[in-house]
Amino acid sequence: MTPKTLYDKLWESHVVREEADGTALLYIDRQLVHEVTSPQAFEGLRLAGRKPWRAETNLATPDHNVPTTGRDRGITDPIARTQVETLDENCAHFGITEFKMDDLRQGIVHVVGPEQGATLPGMTVVCGDSHTSTHGALGALAHGIGTSEVEQVLATQCLIQRKSKTMLIQVEGKAGPGVTAKDIVLAIIGETGTAGGTGYAIEFSGEAIRDLSIEGRMTVCNMAIEAGARAGFVAVDDKTIDYVKGRPYAPGEADWAKAVAWWQTLHSDEGAKFDRVLTLKAADIQPQVTWGTSPEMVVPITGRVPDPAQEADPIKADGMRRALAYMGLTANTPISEIPVDKVFIGSCTNSRIEDLRAAAVVAKGRKVAAYVKQALVVPGSGLVKQQAEAEGLDRIFIEAGFEWREPGCSMCLAMNDDRLEPGERCASTSNRNFEGRQGQGGRTHLVSPAMAAAAAIAGRFVDVRELSKR
Amino acid sequence: MQKFETFTGIVCPLDRSNVDTDAIIPKQFLKSIKRSGFGPNLFDEWRYLDHGEPGMDNSNRLINRDFVLNDPRYAGASILLARENFGCGSSREHAPWALLDYGFRVIIAPSFADIFFNNCFKNGILPIRLEERIVDGLFAQANGPDALRIEVDLASQQLRPEGGEGIGFEVDAFSKHCLLEGLDDIGLTLQHVADIRAYEERRRVEAPWLFH
Repeated sequence: MTPKTLYDKLWESHVVREEADGTALLYIDRQLVHEVTSPQAFEGLRLAGRKPWRAETNLATPDHNVPTTGRDRGITDPIARTQVETLDENCAHFGITEFKMDDLRQGIVHVVGPEQGATLPGMTVVCGDSHTSTHGALGALAHGIGTSEVEQVLATQCLIQRKSKTMLIQVEGKAGPGVTAKDIVLAIIGETGTAGGTGYAIEFSGEAIRDLSIEGRMTVCNMAIEAGARAGFVAVDDKTIDYVKGRPYAPGEADWAKAVAWWQTLHSDEGAKFDRVLTLKAADIQPQVTWGTSPEMVVPITGRVPDPAQEADPIKADGMRRALAYMGLTANTPISEIPVDKVFIGSCTNSRIEDLRAAAVVAKGRKVAAYVKQALVVPGSGLVKQQAEAEGLDRIFIEAGFEWREPGCSMCLAMNDDRLEPGERCASTSNRNFEGRQGQGGRTHLVSPAMAAAAAIAGRFVDVRELSKR
Repeated sequence: MQKFETFTGIVCPLDRSNVDTDAIIPKQFLKSIKRSGFGPNLFDEWRYLDHGEPGMDNSNRLINRDFVLNDPRYAGASILLARENFGCGSSREHAPWALLDYGFRVIIAPSFADIFFNNCFKNGILPIRLEERIVDGLFAQANGPDALRIEVDLASQQLRPEGGEGIGFEVDAFSKHCLLEGLDDIGLTLQHVADIRAYEERRRVEAPWLFH
């Protein structure tokens, strides 16, 4: 038998039919729904007089627009409120389970899905959100879709797809101390560029990936889209199965053994062929900081802001100059000399319990620098928040001068009131440093949770490995 | 969906690579629960000098005269010429909705981000990938004193720049058929209900936990 990649296995087990030209009807096991990309899809269903094909395969929660403070006042922005209420109405009307804003289980869809066991190994998972690739950490085929496709999945449980090319990214050896999943994936994007993964499904492998917890693998898969790949995933291993066991939506006793038997086949076979293979050495990866307006514009904390004069490609050099102007940076400045105005710890990339623990280790017994105007910690879900509070992490953050907030997407994309003002510079654990992403004119530097906490304490970017020595 | 017919349009050259969907339509406009009305806020942060919010009267806003969409040469443009990795980032379909609402039916670039590329077809927009050197040539023409006009013929997969040589382009047969006929995926998929049911029956046995 021809050896298969994990992608082949996930794909083949979901093909409903395939046409001669290679287009296929792909069955979708789980759709996650949030308030921003669903109203027009539900409206389409209504206009066509259609019902969801299998309403129970959808799970909804508001996350993008919800306030992270003063929830007892409700949502004060009337347009945002209408959007969240529209989700409530649509879910009630179409019989879809929703964790509403006042539900302990509410949170960022990509935190909630795995936490509930609603996203499982071997599933096809979609959501009208590009960071759906997160769920690939469990050995699922998961990718973001547009609203037309949200409607199609609601109506038919299927998508019309073409098979992607496959890329294997191997991160070999052990990562050094202070080097996290976020640093690994930023280093990968630094190698591939933001378009390097376009047209590919990426399998992340190698010792450094296997060594990561499931949460860490989620951070890596989450940012596959930042390398241009819609889907990123990791083979199932014992950690995956242990993670899933006992979660509310996970298979029960009756099906458990059968499910595990299948999940254990979810890895690439020995000798499977990939269209592209990229290998990095974990030992070469340092804590990373982005300096520009695209996630590929990234350097180690020990580095300097790059100089466009050294770039041979004129289009690239032009992009670098534009990025430096937007970011208010001068070429060759050491990264550790860049001060920060705000710090954001949160987002679907880095708001899980271990992210908060890593930040708390740095924050403990220290104070946010006087220069820093605001340092936010936004847990990924109500359950993450509860867990963190049970461990006393909230006290550590509050005593250090951080604000402890309610769960949601928050300042990752600044649809609610959490945002940067023009010119403000932020150390952020989110996934995109695009112009205006965290607020018009705002300047975003992507870092790991530990590096963000360290920046809050120092008031500038600092090597978390140095800080922990003191 | 509207059928895609041959037309001739003005080309607007947007000379930046990695244009992301946050730039195409900023987040504050995503609070709308409608599909239409995004055109006036297309490229909002580049197009205007002041901060835009939903529901504002855009006619009173400060126009950024340096941004290409505000150049009178390109008034009424329906073809957007762009650089590599156009439409990267967020999956928001509001991006193609905004482009379409503004009047763009075709986007030409050396490469596109996957989700955006796919979302275009769902909305009757034709994204065309061309080699970088051809794109460079079109930029040179579009940047000239007179706007470049191109006839777009999807049926024969040809771009015909006014006064220039025809340029062939690739498009997959299925997407082309859907655009030309104005077909939507839901209607097409529902032709295969029996196949979906058969798959589900098989799967219910193989993976029963997915059906509880």
